[in-house]
Amino acid sequence: MFSKTIAQLSQGLKTGEFSSSEITRSYLDQIAAQDSKYNSFITVTPELAMAQAKAADETIGAGNAHAMTGIPIAHKDIFCTKGVRTSAGSKMLDNFIAPYNATIIEKFNAVQSVSLGKTNMDEFAMGSSNENSYYGAVTNPWGDNRVPGGSSGGSAAAVAAQLAPGSTGTDTGGSIRQPAALTNLTGIKPTYGRVSRFGMIAFASSLDQAGPITKTAEDAAMMLNVMAGFDAKDSTSAQTAVDDYTATLNQPLKGLKIGLPKEFFSADLNPQIAERVQSALKEYQALGAELKEISLPNTALSIPAYYIIAPAEASSNLSRFDGVKFGYRCENPVDLEDMYKRTRGEGFGTEVKRRILVGTYALSEGFYDAYYKKAQQIRRLIQQDFVNALKEVDVIMGPTTPQPAFKIGEKTADPIDMYMEDIYTLSLNLAGLPGMSVPCGQVDDLPVGLQIIGNYFAEQRLLNVAHMFQQATDWHTQTAPGL
Amino acid sequence: MALDKSDVDKIAHLARINIEEQDTQAYLQNITSILGLFDQMQEVDTTDVEPLAHPMDAIQRLRADDITEKNQRELLQSVAPAIEDGLFLVPKVID
Repeated sequence: MFSKTIAQLSQGLKTGEFSSSEITRSYLDQIAAQDSKYNSFITVTPELAMAQAKAADETIGAGNAHAMTGIPIAHKDIFCTKGVRTSAGSKMLDNFIAPYNATIIEKFNAVQSVSLGKTNMDEFAMGSSNENSYYGAVTNPWGDNRVPGGSSGGSAAAVAAQLAPGSTGTDTGGSIRQPAALTNLTGIKPTYGRVSRFGMIAFASSLDQAGPITKTAEDAAMMLNVMAGFDAKDSTSAQTAVDDYTATLNQPLKGLKIGLPKEFFSADLNPQIAERVQSALKEYQALGAELKEISLPNTALSIPAYYIIAPAEASSNLSRFDGVKFGYRCENPVDLEDMYKRTRGEGFGTEVKRRILVGTYALSEGFYDAYYKKAQQIRRLIQQDFVNALKEVDVIMGPTTPQPAFKIGEKTADPIDMYMEDIYTLSLNLAGLPGMSVPCGQVDDLPVGLQIIGNYFAEQRLLNVAHMFQQATDWHTQTAPGL
Repeated sequence: MALDKSDVDKIAHLARINIEEQDTQAYLQNITSILGLFDQMQEVDTTDVEPLAHPMDAIQRLRADDITEKNQRELLQSVAPAIEDGLFLVPKVID
């Protein structure tokens, strides 16, 4: 049962092969028995899950089920869930019981999906390995002592370990696509504004976007159908009409124009990963697609631009954690300033403090033009590269990451080394474009992800392009050793 | 641009974050190397390039000035570190 996709579970619930209560119980038991190996959950909510499953079974019995009704899923612990601890992986929010639901939680509740619990993550979504969590590192089911990627590392590990059939994540610079790539899963970061940010604890507000992590593109389409849509509570929510992402999954790819940015296949790329990606491209050619070399000349600049813009926005967003209204407060403050400084010094972890300091510096008097404004100008150049390229091709493809999953502890000494992990993913967030990662093989028995990038609001097309690849290949059906 | 320890102290003060004395050197090194990453941006000519703040260049959406939310003070204060009579308590500010 644990190898079933969401689509298969949905079908089984519909035909009465099993009930939501049965599969939810099985997943909860599996989490209890297995998650000590992975540490993918921060909080498991068995009572809530069983109550939701019971209610879902009644709806299914009455014949009113949505495709996602009764499907147990896991949520990244960045989404506020009413009455449940929502920690964002931080000591700062270790005691925070959210008093309201994030919009995406409301949407999954409305169709009666079941929430198994909250998954581990890099603190405030800052990281590419899930090692920056107050609740400890997460182990990649594909390799002992390997990271699952980050920041949605728990969400990816939980699905890869078959502790949930799908999960939610967030992607500010690659935090859905990179963990999906490193754990042989499918992940999509939608267009900026496609999914509501309301109740999603903010990191960098002009970049943050939520999306699903699943075993297949079809499952991602099913989850995105629930998540996407305008929300008056999010000031940057897109008002563009939402497609049915499952409707065109099987559309033939004949004539699809695929752009290959030469900057994504440079010397920094592990040659074996390049080989896997090339094989995937051959598969697309066999499906009728045409390949064309393109150029995204400002790709290298996405690292400095991102590591100014994201920390600058984070330094502003995280100023709310001051020990006054919610979250951690230091013991016995002598005065207000002492309370602010010790609360924040003790409540935040090292990487979060580092980014707040960098962001504060970039925004401080005398440096704003040289750093923040310059980075935003470069951001426009990066966007223009994509806009120009997407006039000539339908989608852009390349690797998701420069190398497969690395060892826990391997990159913690040098933050820059870790930042380079995001070289192929950051530029999309800067441009606001949607992107996916799908499994396309292995290197040294570790999964490799193919990144697929589309135009604004082209999620339907991306999922179609991914789904057709998964109909022709079986990389995505392979599971971690021992499962 | 080269920073020294006093710059780290100043930034930490602006950010209202207490950095332990023994950690300052490590933060100085990390931040200096991160700032070094930014140098390659300065070589790019961005004259006349409009800064991009929002991927779709959207403007702030406005709504009618109606009351849409009910008062939820008790619920929202249920997660506060210290409250009294509906007020958030902080250390004494004025003698």
